[in-house]
Amino acid sequence: MIRPDAELLLEINDLHASVEDKPILNGVNLQVKAGEIHAVMGRNGSGKSTLSKVLAGHPAYRVTSGSVRYLGRDLLELEPEERSRLGVFLGFQYPIEIPGVSNLEFLRVSTDARREKQGKEEFDTFDFDDHVRNRLQVVQMDPAFLERSVNEGFSGGEKKRNEILQMALLDPVVAILDETDSGLDIDALRIVAGGVNELASPDNCTLLITHYQRLLDEITPDYVHVMGAGRILRTGGSELALELEKIGYDWVDQQLAAEGVA
Amino acid sequence: MAMPEGWLTQLPAPAGTLEPVQRRGRLALSEQGFPSRKQESWRLTDLTRLEALFQLSIADQKSDRSSADSLPSVPEQALRLVIDGSLDPLQGVTLPAGISQLEGAELQQALGHTLSRCRCASDWPVELNHGVSQQILALRIRGNVPPLELVMLAANAMLVPTRVLLLVEEKAELELLQVVSAQGQAAHSHLLEIHLGQESKVNHGLLALGEGQESLLANLAVEQESRSHYSLVSVSQGWSFGRLEPRVVQVDGQASTSIHGLSVTAADEQFAVHTSMRFEGPEGTLDQVQKTIAADRSHSIFNGAIQVPRPAQRTNASQLSRNLLLSGRARVDAKPELEIVADDVRCTHGATVSQLQEDQLFYLRSRGITQSSAAALLLRGYCKEVLDRLPLDGSQRWLGGSLQVGGMTS
Repeated sequence: MIRPDAELLLEINDLHASVEDKPILNGVNLQVKAGEIHAVMGRNGSGKSTLSKVLAGHPAYRVTSGSVRYLGRDLLELEPEERSRLGVFLGFQYPIEIPGVSNLEFLRVSTDARREKQGKEEFDTFDFDDHVRNRLQVVQMDPAFLERSVNEGFSGGEKKRNEILQMALLDPVVAILDETDSGLDIDALRIVAGGVNELASPDNCTLLITHYQRLLDEITPDYVHVMGAGRILRTGGSELALELEKIGYDWVDQQLAAEGVA
Repeated sequence: MAMPEGWLTQLPAPAGTLEPVQRRGRLALSEQGFPSRKQESWRLTDLTRLEALFQLSIADQKSDRSSADSLPSVPEQALRLVIDGSLDPLQGVTLPAGISQLEGAELQQALGHTLSRCRCASDWPVELNHGVSQQILALRIRGNVPPLELVMLAANAMLVPTRVLLLVEEKAELELLQVVSAQGQAAHSHLLEIHLGQESKVNHGLLALGEGQESLLANLAVEQESRSHYSLVSVSQGWSFGRLEPRVVQVDGQASTSIHGLSVTAADEQFAVHTSMRFEGPEGTLDQVQKTIAADRSHSIFNGAIQVPRPAQRTNASQLSRNLLLSGRARVDAKPELEIVADDVRCTHGATVSQLQEDQLFYLRSRGITQSSAAALLLRGYCKEVLDRLPLDGSQRWLGGSLQVGGMTS
């Protein structure tokens, strides 16, 4: 939902970042306002996932220049945990397994950390149990997964549902979903997309990182951005994704070659 | 190297039920001398800490009883026996139906039998225990008996020798938790023999807790007849110097063994776990996972021997050694040692040494959990897989469900 007067939530200016001294992001510019859904597309290696990790604060990625402002403050100076508490959520492409740590306890600790920042009361164990069971419906997830270790032995689809469950519990302001559609069958994709749609509101925004149109059949983006060589090469409306489906990414190479980049 | 001068001669004269054993042990010690780092099983050992044991006085009937007042309560139905090298652990105790004391000829016949079957009767720590143990707790287990908690205490810079023998009869079932606790720079020399009759089942936990300055020598010898089930869960922490040696033999195969261990070291502690599993008949199984956490400048050693001689066809054994280093100065030595002669077997083994996974830490931090809480949560998960297996609710009752690791509550 595009509203000209909506609050600017995320503002990325000329962002450069490296991993192991190899530059991956080469000047990303992006503004996201409340209520908007943005899709970020592009080939493998174009920098999409790096952008998501930099926004979440992964320590392996080093910002070399540029800025990211989130709700008016410098996002890049915050620790990853502080970003989460303030409402930045990253849905992982490959959610991590943590043996021996109960999913329910993990969800409770992270939810409470966020709620404290929101000025809400911490849940007691019973209230949290009710709350989480209620939120499970968003992704139609079996309560049995609460009793298991975090993501351990979950199928690809179950892991992604667990990510969206976390999103539902953490009530983010900016949700960045890194290839949430990968590894999902059609039914699971619809469920996960349904969850994302349900959680989108005029007060938050969503950044969908994806390769494929099929996720965008379920979640209609307000903007579609195409990344290449570590920056945004083209921006359009939802029709751009449909066009990409037809023409592919060869034009990216031509554009970069014309610019003398590739 | 010889034994410390005069140490053997100042021991009290051999006496009591264990008199022949004491003579044998002392003779062996004087012949074997002191372990040397040239011997493979002592190669990595800090022998100065072993030598320090000989500065301690040996607990006997005249020693002060260690205080058993502050122990956590024991579950209803369970029988707790306290062993501290001084008083008779059975004094004033009425044994429940199914548990009886082994005495006289029966005891003499059983004593050392399992040590021989496990081929460890002449091992140095075993001979040390032979030489100094003055009493033995020997029990016969028949049928389905109440859980047994053996609490072994050492304090006041004493070396406490303890020896236990359990004869678990055919089809009997036993839940056993041993808690080995020490404080005040004390040391334990512990020797345990368990014989499992056919179709019997023993679920055995060993929780060994020092306070950082104490020493532990513990040898567990377990002999399994066919169709028996033996499970050992050992958890150790806080030993300046420790050596735990579980040795299991399946005498006719067709039995199942499971060994799960967690040893946690910090400061400049050294703790070694030497396990040995021997299959002497076909179709035996082993499921083994040994975990370590080494913090600070500590040193953790694991040696896991599995022997599958020719008669042990269709053995199915798996061994995994997982080691977590919490500091760049900590050290882990992990060595699987498989001797497989039988040709139709399935034996897998693996060893990993790692630090806390950066991806796991980041995942937790990206959900609002601080770096230190995330590390504590990961450690708790790592320990929990072993702690939760302790019988008699041992983890909750004795540890409150978690361990203190490297300054973090895991």
